[in-house]
Amino acid sequence: MAIGETNVPLTALPLKPKQPWMKLFFGDVFSSFLTILSILIVISLLPGLNWALFNATWPGGTPEACRDGGACWAFVGAKSRLILFGLYPPEHQWRATLVIVLIIAMVLASLSPRMWGNKLIMLWGAGIALMLILMGGGLLGLDTVPTSKWGGLPVVLMLAVLSLGMGFPIAVLLALGRRGSLPVARAVCTFIIELVRGLPLVGLLFVAAILLPLFLPPDWTIDKLGRTLAALTIFSSAYLAEVVRGGLQGLDKGQGEAAQALGIPYWKVIWHIILPQAIQNVIPPLTNTAIVMVKNTSLVLIVGIFDMLSAARSAATDPTWPAPSTEGYLFVALIYFAICVSISIYARHLENGVRARSHS
Amino acid sequence: MTPQSNAIEVRALNKFYGEFHALKSIGFQVEQGERVVICGPSGSGKSTLIRCLNRLEIHQSGFVSVQGIELGDDLRNLDAVRREAGMVFQHFNLFPHITVLQNCSLPQTLSRGTKRNDAETKAREMLSRVHILDQADKFPGQLSGGQQQRVAIARALCMEPKIMLFDEPTSALDPEMIREVLETMIDLATGGMTMVVVTHEMGFAREVADRVVYMEAGEIVESAPPATFFKTQKDQRTKRFLSRILS
Ligand SMILES: Nc1ncnc2c1ncn2[C@@H]1O[C@H](COP(=O)(O)OP(=O)(O)OP(=O)(O)O)[C@@H](O)[C@H]1O
Ligand SMILES: [Mg+2]
Repeated sequence: MAIGETNVPLTALPLKPKQPWMKLFFGDVFSSFLTILSILIVISLLPGLNWALFNATWPGGTPEACRDGGACWAFVGAKSRLILFGLYPPEHQWRATLVIVLIIAMVLASLSPRMWGNKLIMLWGAGIALMLILMGGGLLGLDTVPTSKWGGLPVVLMLAVLSLGMGFPIAVLLALGRRGSLPVARAVCTFIIELVRGLPLVGLLFVAAILLPLFLPPDWTIDKLGRTLAALTIFSSAYLAEVVRGGLQGLDKGQGEAAQALGIPYWKVIWHIILPQAIQNVIPPLTNTAIVMVKNTSLVLIVGIFDMLSAARSAATDPTWPAPSTEGYLFVALIYFAICVSISIYARHLENGVRARSHS
Repeated sequence: MTPQSNAIEVRALNKFYGEFHALKSIGFQVEQGERVVICGPSGSGKSTLIRCLNRLEIHQSGFVSVQGIELGDDLRNLDAVRREAGMVFQHFNLFPHITVLQNCSLPQTLSRGTKRNDAETKAREMLSRVHILDQADKFPGQLSGGQQQRVAIARALCMEPKIMLFDEPTSALDPEMIREVLETMIDLATGGMTMVVVTHEMGFAREVADRVVYMEAGEIVESAPPATFFKTQKDQRTKRFLSRILS
């Protein structure tokens, strides 16, 4: 080997840049290209930066100050209550805030795989009940707040978490059914999955929120928010089902057989042996579906749910402010971005854990 | 179940995969404490037979009973049989997402509701019996093949089976690891465990088996104690197989 190396003609050796950073940015044609491209992008963003930072009016500023051009963050500051909480009565806003805190706390508590188990499921059950009581009131001496007044971030978080959380068990059943040996169950599950995946979410939301009440008897008043949640849940379960099915397909048949041979009952085999492995195999597409579902909650505005996007739009119609709709939307985008990036980071952390276990 | 009854009783067993007749009217008995080695060419139905004994494969006709419990459509019997018979697979089939210790303790909890502490105590006991207690907190993927197979044996032993079924337990292993697994199995045999072992390790058959069974094309061709089996073969097919495998 060593002899072979010394025989390499000098001209074949790659150029050795003097500085390591030169090598990093201009080491070969491709990275040079990327470096130059990045520089161009940064330069093209400079006017935007000027607008967003240096000429901006910061929260606390007046509508008049915003007329000089530059971003009007003062508007976002003034309207943040509306965007974050929608039409929720201001005197009860602490309840909606508490719901946000509660959801974030429960999500944080669920992060470590060591916590996963029946206790966590019960914790979520209790947490969701508490959330509904806090938001809706009518119990424990809290004033009733109808769901038509709910809005903003708590609703977005609840829709995202609940549609994914309730969609997941349905997805598991659909995936098992589609892979199972019972022909009828297989046909039904395949039909449901393909039907829902074939429909646009907007259509599904319309059916649930607007058409469904027309067909149901008039005294069947299921809440519009509830129907929206049902539509989101069905939608997420169809997509999750295909992700889970992919995970199941990648599993060795021997896993189920070994568990059966040990006398473990069917559902416990699924829950403790098959599913954890199937899920580990599909963390990237699962993350993808979670992120898509979080962003999908922004579509509920078309059926008249007062989410953050509707709130930003209605805030922009306030005549005292000089038409600053961009800033409001940017604020909403920032919140979605923060949520989605957190999901990505968490998923990568989980994957690293899986990788550490499978190699010595 | 009477104490004298056979550990395994198979009569007129037929198994089809679609049109394919994989087991042809098999009759097969194993006494309590007996060690039986099954050998035969690839595709002869050895795995199918051993998997019919704990109903990983469902037979179409015939009678199968394990420790006096008939294997039929009654699911309660199925659970009972699977408690009586432990199984070790060619590819170990350890659960990769949990530690070695949990591989041995979780099945006890799931199938019998054993308390976690008791299950872990039992798991440690069995892991030390196969000389691998020091690896208890690793994940299966971090162990060598031979170590994994010993964990798989410990996992099966944790269920306190009366019978152990082995389906080619060493054929996925590198030669230097075969020995450690065979030694573990010899230990088991010395302890009086009833064993049915599908293997091509004829040395193991000579040393440990009470009886060697030769299968071909879904039939049991020959069945004899090792001394006889390796000396004089009644059937031409057995002779041909042995001359091939022992050369
Ligand atoms: N699930 C199945 N579907 C269809 N045919 C099968 C199936 N499993 C086994 N067979 C067929 O049944 C026959 C017996 O298979 P079996 O696995 O029992 O053989 P074996 O003796 O264990 O062979 P090997 O030494 O290769 O493990 C083979 O011809 C095989 O092709
Ligand atoms: Mg086989």
